[in-house]
Amino acid sequence: MRLPKPRGGLSEWLVARLAEPGLTGSAPDADSWDDESISLWTLHELSFRGFEDADDRAEWDPELLGVRRDLEEALEERLRARWSASPTSPASSAAPAAADVPTALEDLVAADDGPSLADHVRRRADRDQVLELLRQRSVYHLKESDPSAFVVPRLPVRAKAALMALQFDEYGDGDPNRLHSHLFARGLEAVGLRAEYGAYVEDATTENLEMNNAGSIFGLHRRLRGAAMGHLAAFEMTSSLPSRKMVQGLERLGLDGPMSAYYDEHVEADAIHEHLAARDICGTLAEDEPDQAAEILFGAFTCLDVEARFATAMLATWEEQR
Amino acid sequence: MKDRDFDHPDVVLVPHGPMLLRGAESVQDLEGRVHTVDRPVVALCRCEKSSRLPWCDGTHKVIPR
Repeated sequence: MRLPKPRGGLSEWLVARLAEPGLTGSAPDADSWDDESISLWTLHELSFRGFEDADDRAEWDPELLGVRRDLEEALEERLRARWSASPTSPASSAAPAAADVPTALEDLVAADDGPSLADHVRRRADRDQVLELLRQRSVYHLKESDPSAFVVPRLPVRAKAALMALQFDEYGDGDPNRLHSHLFARGLEAVGLRAEYGAYVEDATTENLEMNNAGSIFGLHRRLRGAAMGHLAAFEMTSSLPSRKMVQGLERLGLDGPMSAYYDEHVEADAIHEHLAARDICGTLAEDEPDQAAEILFGAFTCLDVEARFATAMLATWEEQR
Repeated sequence: MKDRDFDHPDVVLVPHGPMLLRGAESVQDLEGRVHTVDRPVVALCRCEKSSRLPWCDGTHKVIPR
């Protein structure tokens, strides 16, 4: 993947600096939320697959780490403020007991009233809208499960074993043909889209970048391991039924084949993963590290919240175009 | 079993949910068809409303209790 197109002053500075490490001069402030989001996305990507036109050593460049820290602090503050303001958030002193964490996760998911893009795909979306959604989703699905893989060494025994069981399935149970991100790449090709890693980052909406940045910040910081696992649980708990709707929508539009097979795989896989994530990962993590219980719920809320914001914006764009 | 530090049962019944089954190689459904298992853990439907029996597809969540 090549460095993304800048979206403002900060990302312009960052992309120039990554392409030419010798450049001097300090980072300007971001012009916009969009500029901020693509900058943080780019900095995080240095810890995933990187960019062919960037210096690989930039991942640990102290000045760039300083920029990354400022952007991450702003993002985390925003996400935590949304959680505190949410009616589903417990009073600050009332973190759930460890044994109640799986039920608290179920309650959060049940209370989620964000709009469903899968419903739209199943019933009404036209072919162009579905292709646009798949391009947006590709930003995450082409690195599916990678952010949570960073959390493995940071967990106690039971949660670690359970996360590995889940990740093993995400990564194809040892068969590269069944790796979920690879299945998605095959699906993209089959519907005539580009399948290379990072193909559509240029098109990613700000909400989509924020959604990806939230998953990455949770995965990359040991301090946020509880939030990472809560995020994973909420993601898995809201996947099976929507994946089935995606299959129905894709078939309605004649887009069956490898792309609908990708979603079909998730109907079954995530019906298993949601229990592993809520009980064996989050439940045992909260038992072993009780201070993580509140963090697990924060992560779960954030997963639902950023998806709702992404979905609301996509649906609003399509509504305007009618 | 005292030689093990953690409970790690092969079969787990999830409250209002599926039966999780670890380490199975094949499962026979209600019609007698045998399905090969290619995952370390599978979720078997207990509400009998799944669209892909014998596997759970999450449908139990939309059935009023």
